[in-house]
Amino acid sequence: MIEVTNYRDNPLIDPHLEIWEWQISVYLFLGGLVAGLMILNGLWRIRDREHETKAITNSAVLWAPVLISLGMFCLWLDLVNKLNVYRFYMTFQIKSPMSWGSWILFLVYPAQILAVAVAKGSDVFGGVLKGLNPLLQILKSITNGREKQIAWLNVVLGVMLGIYTGILLSATAARPLWNTALLGPLFLVSGLSTATAWNMLSRPTKIEHSSLAKWDFSLIITEMFLLLLILIGFLSGTEGHQSAGMLLLGGGFTAVFWIFVIILGLLFPLWLELREMRGHSTPAWVAPALVLLGGLALRFVMVQAGQVSHLPDTELLFGAVGH
Amino acid sequence: MTNGINRRQFIRLAGFGAAGAGLAYSGLNPWGLSAHADLTHTGSGVREIPTFCELCFWKCGVIAKVKDGRIIKLEGHPGHPLSNGRLCPRGNGGTGLTYDKDRLRQPLIRAKKRGEDVFREVTWDDALDHIAEKMIYIRDEWSADCFALFNHGYGATFIKHLIKAYGSHSIAAPSYAQCRGPREVGFDLTFGEEVLSPERTDIVNTRMLVLIGSHLGENMHNTQVQEFADAISNGAKLVVVDPRHSVAAGKADWYLPIKPATDIALLLAWMNVIINEDLYDKEYVDKYTVGFEQLVQHVKSYSPEKVWTITGIKPELIRRTAREMGHQKPAVLIHPGRHVTWYGDDTQRSRAIAILNALLGSWGRKGGFFYPGELDVPKPETPPYPKPSFDRVDLQIKNYPLAYNTLASGLCDATFPAPQTNCQLKAWFVYGTNLVHSLPKPQQTMEAMQHLKFLVVSDVLPMEIVGWADVVLPDATYLERYDDLHVGRFREPFVALRQPVIEPMYDTRPPWWVAKELAKRLNLDSYFPWDNIEQYLDNRLATVGLKLSDLKRDGVKVFPRQPLYFEDGIQPEFFTNSGKIELYSSSLAAHGYDPIPVYTEHGEPPQGYYRLLFGRAPVHTFGRTTNNPVLNRVIDSNEVWVNRRVAEEWSLENGGDVILKNQDGVESSPVRIKVTERIRSDCVYMVHGFGHKAKRLTNKKGANDSDLITRYNTDPIMGGTGMNVNFVTFVT
Amino acid sequence: MARYGMVIDTHRCVGCHSCVISCFMENSVPEGYKRDWIVEVVSGEFPNFRSEIRSERCNHCDNPPCVFVCPCGASYVEEGTGTVLVHNEKCTGCKACIAACPYDARFINPAGFADKCTFCDHRVKDGLLPGCATTCPTKAINFGDLDQPGSHLHKLMHDRSVKSLKPSAGTGPNVYYLL
Repeated sequence: MIEVTNYRDNPLIDPHLEIWEWQISVYLFLGGLVAGLMILNGLWRIRDREHETKAITNSAVLWAPVLISLGMFCLWLDLVNKLNVYRFYMTFQIKSPMSWGSWILFLVYPAQILAVAVAKGSDVFGGVLKGLNPLLQILKSITNGREKQIAWLNVVLGVMLGIYTGILLSATAARPLWNTALLGPLFLVSGLSTATAWNMLSRPTKIEHSSLAKWDFSLIITEMFLLLLILIGFLSGTEGHQSAGMLLLGGGFTAVFWIFVIILGLLFPLWLELREMRGHSTPAWVAPALVLLGGLALRFVMVQAGQVSHLPDTELLFGAVGH
Repeated sequence: MTNGINRRQFIRLAGFGAAGAGLAYSGLNPWGLSAHADLTHTGSGVREIPTFCELCFWKCGVIAKVKDGRIIKLEGHPGHPLSNGRLCPRGNGGTGLTYDKDRLRQPLIRAKKRGEDVFREVTWDDALDHIAEKMIYIRDEWSADCFALFNHGYGATFIKHLIKAYGSHSIAAPSYAQCRGPREVGFDLTFGEEVLSPERTDIVNTRMLVLIGSHLGENMHNTQVQEFADAISNGAKLVVVDPRHSVAAGKADWYLPIKPATDIALLLAWMNVIINEDLYDKEYVDKYTVGFEQLVQHVKSYSPEKVWTITGIKPELIRRTAREMGHQKPAVLIHPGRHVTWYGDDTQRSRAIAILNALLGSWGRKGGFFYPGELDVPKPETPPYPKPSFDRVDLQIKNYPLAYNTLASGLCDATFPAPQTNCQLKAWFVYGTNLVHSLPKPQQTMEAMQHLKFLVVSDVLPMEIVGWADVVLPDATYLERYDDLHVGRFREPFVALRQPVIEPMYDTRPPWWVAKELAKRLNLDSYFPWDNIEQYLDNRLATVGLKLSDLKRDGVKVFPRQPLYFEDGIQPEFFTNSGKIELYSSSLAAHGYDPIPVYTEHGEPPQGYYRLLFGRAPVHTFGRTTNNPVLNRVIDSNEVWVNRRVAEEWSLENGGDVILKNQDGVESSPVRIKVTERIRSDCVYMVHGFGHKAKRLTNKKGANDSDLITRYNTDPIMGGTGMNVNFVTFVT
Repeated sequence: MARYGMVIDTHRCVGCHSCVISCFMENSVPEGYKRDWIVEVVSGEFPNFRSEIRSERCNHCDNPPCVFVCPCGASYVEEGTGTVLVHNEKCTGCKACIAACPYDARFINPAGFADKCTFCDHRVKDGLLPGCATTCPTKAINFGDLDQPGSHLHKLMHDRSVKSLKPSAGTGPNVYYLL
């Protein structure tokens, strides 16, 4: 037997961390989604599919600045000293993923706005956004003829943003569940998948929808493959990684992970998309809605379970490292 | 035993010439960082004022840091022999008492029926006039001896003086019959001297320390624990005998998880081995002891094999530890313990401990028991106290021939009407002790209080006992007042000053003032021949060539070390009947008690019940501190330790709550369960002092073990109340 | 240049919490929080146990992940002492440092910044020992400069088995425990 009595009992620290709540999960989810939107939009434009995929290139990308602003708002809500938020932009800390993230977020805005200008083509804003049209005209004059460069800029920044949402967590050796190099790629792929789903909900044509479904099908397969690799990595890793893996495989987060992330978020939409590819008719919104839900659930599970995971207390218990 | 200067002579020689020896506060340590700033340092508006602590009764030197009239920190006094610059957790959190928002703020007089805890606020004059009137009434109507004082702590000094001047000698502290009394009687019967407080145990120099139920480390008497750590670093062997794997047990070379109530058998078995294998200190035993032959005969029947069946300790472990004692003698310390009122034969157990120490030659030897330094600091002359009108009131219901001090439990008993008494107590003055928690059978204490004509309680906090009072006096805390000088006896004798580091908060007053004011009203002024306390202290200090101003600055004056052991000049003198160390006690034989300790059984817990053991947490001094908001940031509740298998049997979950019920059907408040391997399966353990119920105390968490102590075994020799005889089960 | 550290003797420590309570007072630690704390570990089967008591705190690591992750430069290593400190006024309370610390030594001070043990830098600057080391009744807590060869810390570590906490985290802790 081993009995450990820790008298620390600090709020939000003990018995395990509870420092990050829904704000961070939502922020990571939205960051991934926006990264996906930027990449998809860029790639489609680079491949010049403008005419067959209006949703991706046109309507969805308009959401990117809105969604990322919402995400950053969530991040801001999480800050204890909200008035000090400007401090993020008074410095650049090269070793700090969060500092990188702050500056990436700073840079994605202009790229997204340029992408919006490109996406608007010859259109102008209507309704409440009418007032923006003069600005739009100026932007269009900049973007005119530089569509591909802007697309590339969005792809590169999108990849950075998507991977960053994972590295923010994975650069934390203290929390084994986060401490896997595959978390960045996982969040990137998940972001792409949720962005695809977002596009599928943006009233695409039937052709667009089935092409997006195919694309999403491969993303889901990739995501599952990455999750499998991550779990294998945990189970074959150190004691800390093993117990982190066990949080999802028998521990406290097992049910929510398997039901919301794996079954509802991955397997079920995968099956629906397979049916769609085989020509069966399914309600078009179900699969993408589940993918979005699954993406959000993934961030919730990872953020919460990661705060429970810790390096083993018993590591080298009584054992000397030197004499 | 080189050149035998007579010890008493030596003390007289050594005491005074040393006033010039300055204090070395700290100096720089090798890497240039010092533990303490210069005492006179007054930078940043912080004043550093020396005084001594009262969070327990060890009286460590303290440096209070005061800024803008508020105490910001307490540190150990580097020149004080009991603190050596360090403080225990309680001492560190002493401000929690002074700044406790629950403090009594103003004198109160009872407004409804006694015990209903309803009061009206009055002035000090009203309160003191009322008390004086009642004191005169009780003396005139019955006798001054019918007015009892229960007290605990150094603040009581002048109150005790007042009560004696008034004519009562019914004065008791629960620290005797409920705590360390049997130890003092047991050692006095053996060596003719007591163990005293602070204990005269030479832990720092010992080669082998044997703790029997003593949980040093959880029991945080500062100097003692400092030395305990030194002993461990010095490689002293450590034996811990305890049904519970205590902190000390975790450091032991040998941990003996003894069956509760069988310690005497183990001690006799150790003697058996030590005698059979010729491991005792022959020269010492021949020279200084009487009764060795009787002891040899007596312990013959306590073979390790037989004692194994009693204690559960394997014979080879008994032999191995006994041999180690023989090997390490005389620097072996069988620690006498402190709270020793367990089973009612505690004087005999303490005797057994004393005898074992004597066999190993540790009394008066380095690494055993030293002779504490002596110092006489006379008090101002006052008239003699009036002669008592009765024999001791506490012994009227039942006589305990060797109860040297007054029994608090005996005074409580004498409060009930009984035909055989000629003085039923009519009034109590209770200073600084929450009798409802500190005496066993709280129900009986509450009934006793209903018989009183008058009850005064002086305390800092609205403890349970306060709710029963007719008059409540709000005491100034130790950080707000002067008290009498502390003339300390440790390795070096010393004089320490308690002085106010801030003005008393609210309408509180120090006890010296209360005593003097009452004396005025009782026409006892001649007993208080001084205008104010500073004058008193200055006069008293003058007798040893000191000034109050010196002590206000330095806090303590340490006098030179006197011989500590026989080997450096202490004349072996034993103030027993025979003038020798009595392995066989002639006193006990004369009174019809076992002259050599005998193991007796104390009953097993009934099926499904477990013996209730209690002890201490390092950050608390029983119920006195369990409301302290600073200390409660670390430990604010107790838990009941339950053996893992027992917990499984009862489906008790670690961290869950359970109600305990004792053999008489009394139930505790819910208490958190600690499921652990670290306790035997025949007992449970909890820290004493939690589970307050007084309505004006903030912290009521945990369970009160005193509620469950509805029975005790009285020590027939000195009247101690053995309280580890209650059994509890779980209410599920 | 110094590298301040502690060598804590688990044999001497009795887990009395003096270090914790003196720290409350010395550093006005907010109610409910601790900058240092006691951990008691007991293993084995009745009655053969091994036990270890530790006074824990920020390890003032050589490779402090809390400093690396800080996006605002609020967490920093003090030049010349190696002490890991926080510029309270620069902290946004993003909590990345809390997540990054394998020892869970940090917490959010209700005043709005990440807080933790400072090795009592304010005392050390005045030539005093940290509060916990000053008061420790068992002298279990030894503080000094680990870069000073032949110092009392080195002597302690030379004579005894020693370990630091969670060395696999790669943080290079400067608090050592004597076993």
